[in-house]
Amino acid sequence: MTESILQLKHLFFAFPDKQVLNDLNYDLKRGDFLSIVGENGVGKTTLMRLILQDLKPSSGTLDFLPNRQAVPVGYVPQFRNVDAEYPLSIQDFVGLNFAKIGLPWLTAKERRRVNEILTETKLFDIRRRPLGQASGGEKQKAYLAQALLDRPRLLILDESTASLDPIAKTELLDLVKQINENQQLTVIFVTHDIPLARRYGDHYLFLSPGHYEAGNISELTNEKVGAMNNA
Amino acid sequence: MLSYPFMQNAYMAGTLIAIISGIMGVFVIARNMSFLTHTLSEIGFAGAAFGIFMGWQPLNGMLLFTTISSIGVGELGAKSSRRENSITAISALAIGLGILFLSLADSNASYATGILFGSVIGISRANVVQMMILSISVLVVVVVIYRYLKFDSFDPIGAQVKGLWTRTLSVIFLVLLAFSVSVAAQIVGSLLIFILLTLPAAAAKYFAHTVGMMISVAVAFSLVGVWLGLYLSYVTNWPVSFFIAVIEVLFYFSALVYQRIRA
Repeated sequence: MTESILQLKHLFFAFPDKQVLNDLNYDLKRGDFLSIVGENGVGKTTLMRLILQDLKPSSGTLDFLPNRQAVPVGYVPQFRNVDAEYPLSIQDFVGLNFAKIGLPWLTAKERRRVNEILTETKLFDIRRRPLGQASGGEKQKAYLAQALLDRPRLLILDESTASLDPIAKTELLDLVKQINENQQLTVIFVTHDIPLARRYGDHYLFLSPGHYEAGNISELTNEKVGAMNNA
Repeated sequence: MLSYPFMQNAYMAGTLIAIISGIMGVFVIARNMSFLTHTLSEIGFAGAAFGIFMGWQPLNGMLLFTTISSIGVGELGAKSSRRENSITAISALAIGLGILFLSLADSNASYATGILFGSVIGISRANVVQMMILSISVLVVVVVIYRYLKFDSFDPIGAQVKGLWTRTLSVIFLVLLAFSVSVAAQIVGSLLIFILLTLPAAAAKYFAHTVGMMISVAVAFSLVGVWLGLYLSYVTNWPVSFFIAVIEVLFYFSALVYQRIRA
């Protein structure tokens, strides 16, 4: 049986003025591609912040297995502060993730890893292009490459495809799916886009105000989405 | 020109200032802190005036004031709207205090002009040594935390996600900035520090694709500005800060034109 890497047990979270997560239970298995769907304000981002330990649960537990250190997390948010004048090349941007005290420049081994990940994410040929001048899809790939640099075991795509055109969305998710299948990388894909969630996910977690539903992706039918949204 | 000890001191100090400003400037630009740098220079003015009032070296007063305020600003946290307003208030208070201390110290107007607009002849060998110690300290800390600083400055969201201690980093950076402002004020004066701490790096941004390259170009722009400025000031007897300002502004506008042509 596949091992678990993240277990949510009786997870509750409330902001001072609003209850967001209500007795959420989920067992995330290694190598799973979990699509988390739901409308705005149902707690998708809150759940990600809990996983990233940026927030603490009101009650219940959220455990990484066997422990937090054994599950490095890569996170790809929708937005970054990258404007047209952003001065770093794609390569330099990806290398930022090798942050540690000491040597200011990257070692030969670290540079090799940057090149390896640039090749894997199909960015190697444009590695010297300033990130500010890259297309939306290329930028998202660079964010993905940076997140993958130190070999996470769990990758979170938080609405990462929301601002992309359909072709760029497919390209990015094909790439992630390939890494998910080849390297057993566990993926959490947060999205509004139900067809996309269905196309790439293995399982789903549907959040709606006050309750949730989880299951195999084939069970995420249009009828169920409609019923959950109207509940 | 270099046979005069005061010019030797000015060139040594100027070189240190240019290097530190070029390096720190890159992070000032990346962290959008030009406004704060300007305020720190005004706080530096109040500190220098306080130093004179207390009978200290103006640089020591400056270090005291800028360091305390940089930690205070760091504590204000990330809420930028509140920070901007607080900085404006602190800035107004600093200028007021500076004027008060100068008046209480009963110093003459040329002293005030020196603090505000900088001076070539006011730098002693002892000043140069003190500036060297400060500059080396800044450099060592920047080298040690370089990768963290680079990540947090150029990709704050990524750094936060990675779990870097961004709040502490921000305070460390502000203290380094306080040191740099105090050192740079010795030549260009507290009113014009932000020229060296912002313009060379802002111009370098358009010529570089890596942080290392951006730092090299910013240091080069700032060195040319300071060296040429000192020379022109010596020849014409006009204020050095005027020449440095003009040269750096020229670099900046040339960079904008270069960017426009390339686009």
